[in-house]
Amino acid sequence: MYAVRNWLIGGVITLVLYLAPPDCRGANVPDSINLDSLAQLYEKVKFDHAKHIKLTKDCSDCHHHTTGTLFEDRNCIRCHRNSGETKTVACKGCHLSQPFSAATLREKNLNTYHLDKPGLKGAYHLSCMGCHEKNGGPTGCQDCHPRNKEGDKFYNAGEYAPKKVEGKHSGH
Amino acid sequence: MKRRDFLKGCLMCGAATSLGISNKAWGAGSFEGYPEAMGVLVDLTRCIGCRSCEAACNKEQRLPEPKVSFDDQSVFKEKRRPDENAYTVVNRYETASEGKTVHRKIQCNHCNEPACLTSCFVNAYTKTKEGAVIYNSKICVGCRNCMIACPFNVPGYSYSSAINPIVKKCIFCYDTRVKFGRPPACVEICPQEVLTFGYRKDLIKMGHERIRETPDKYVDHLYGEKEVGGTGWLYLSGVPFEQVGFDTTLGNDPIISNVKEFLGTVPMVLAIWPALFTGFHLLSTRNKGHEGGHGHDAHSKSEQEDAKK
Repeated sequence: MYAVRNWLIGGVITLVLYLAPPDCRGANVPDSINLDSLAQLYEKVKFDHAKHIKLTKDCSDCHHHTTGTLFEDRNCIRCHRNSGETKTVACKGCHLSQPFSAATLREKNLNTYHLDKPGLKGAYHLSCMGCHEKNGGPTGCQDCHPRNKEGDKFYNAGEYAPKKVEGKHSGH
Repeated sequence: MKRRDFLKGCLMCGAATSLGISNKAWGAGSFEGYPEAMGVLVDLTRCIGCRSCEAACNKEQRLPEPKVSFDDQSVFKEKRRPDENAYTVVNRYETASEGKTVHRKIQCNHCNEPACLTSCFVNAYTKTKEGAVIYNSKICVGCRNCMIACPFNVPGYSYSSAINPIVKKCIFCYDTRVKFGRPPACVEICPQEVLTFGYRKDLIKMGHERIRETPDKYVDHLYGEKEVGGTGWLYLSGVPFEQVGFDTTLGNDPIISNVKEFLGTVPMVLAIWPALFTGFHLLSTRNKGHEGGHGHDAHSKSEQEDAKK
């Protein structure tokens, strides 16, 4: 009897988990992520993960095939039609923060398929900007990350903005 | 008989020389850049016109303060070109292809066979094994030949310097970065990874691979792979290249090929013409000399000899 009851409980739990919306499935999906590994000229990005989960159709919109959902790009589907969930899901797990270092370029194996993998900064921006432009999200630099003082200096903006030159011949 | 031999010799000499030139021209034309040369693949479909590359270049090369901030988009009202104050500029194009707005970064393309280098008579320019086209400002005399020779209108000139004006252009961040295996400042700052730094031979493969994987996104051409003998910077575009300010009429021959044949004739002229015309002169004056010296007698003598035969 106990065995049957245990089986029943197990079955019900599995069914509930299966029917639950996909974004509740992973226990450790973060609601907010600080993207700060590249922050130099800008403040870190406080990425509202929970909000983006609601806005997007599927995890694969950003995570390719790594969360186990089908990614419909015809180039990816050739190999990843049946790929399961991967250990690494964070962007920085695959996309390098220094994609053009001498060592990376030297070790580049021309036989691997994923030869043209963008660096971390490229991956963030290409993915975010591509979607934001298509779906009317914010696209200004400072909409996602306000510029810091170092950034103002770099872009000759804010308090470092060039002074307007007065008309030289005003005396005449 | 002697005169016939002489003319024959002349013809053979001429033929040999011209053959020599064409062999030489063919040999030099096949140079495809250094094997370890670096380059940058520019994907125009990714550029959003943020001008970060301009800011990075300004800081890296310690260029003067700009007239307006680097986040000011009003500069796109006009089409700019690189000058002494900015070695790279981004221009905006409203194209005829479905009204697409395209941004395009301009800087030195670091040719495999640079026309600027060819045109420089003081040898101020160097093509390094890393692929950078650099120049020695201490040697430059400011003649501006390179500005005329460059098919991309890249070199700028320090007109503001009254005492020692020299040519100014992008040097691929050679002495601060590329020499040490680091990417140029513009590549490193680019948020959209419009710019991909790598070995030129790898970038050519990557460029064609992007076209193959997403053929709807790109025009099927990698600008700079073959143009003017190949350039270190290569371009992918979603709209026809001529719509975004590229010169598509340059052809695939290095600029030097246009002048090589002419320059090849210079030694021939110097070596053969003196001998040739001395020969003509001697031939003509010999007859004249005979006529002048012996007059009618000589003539009649030869007639007599002919008659004997």
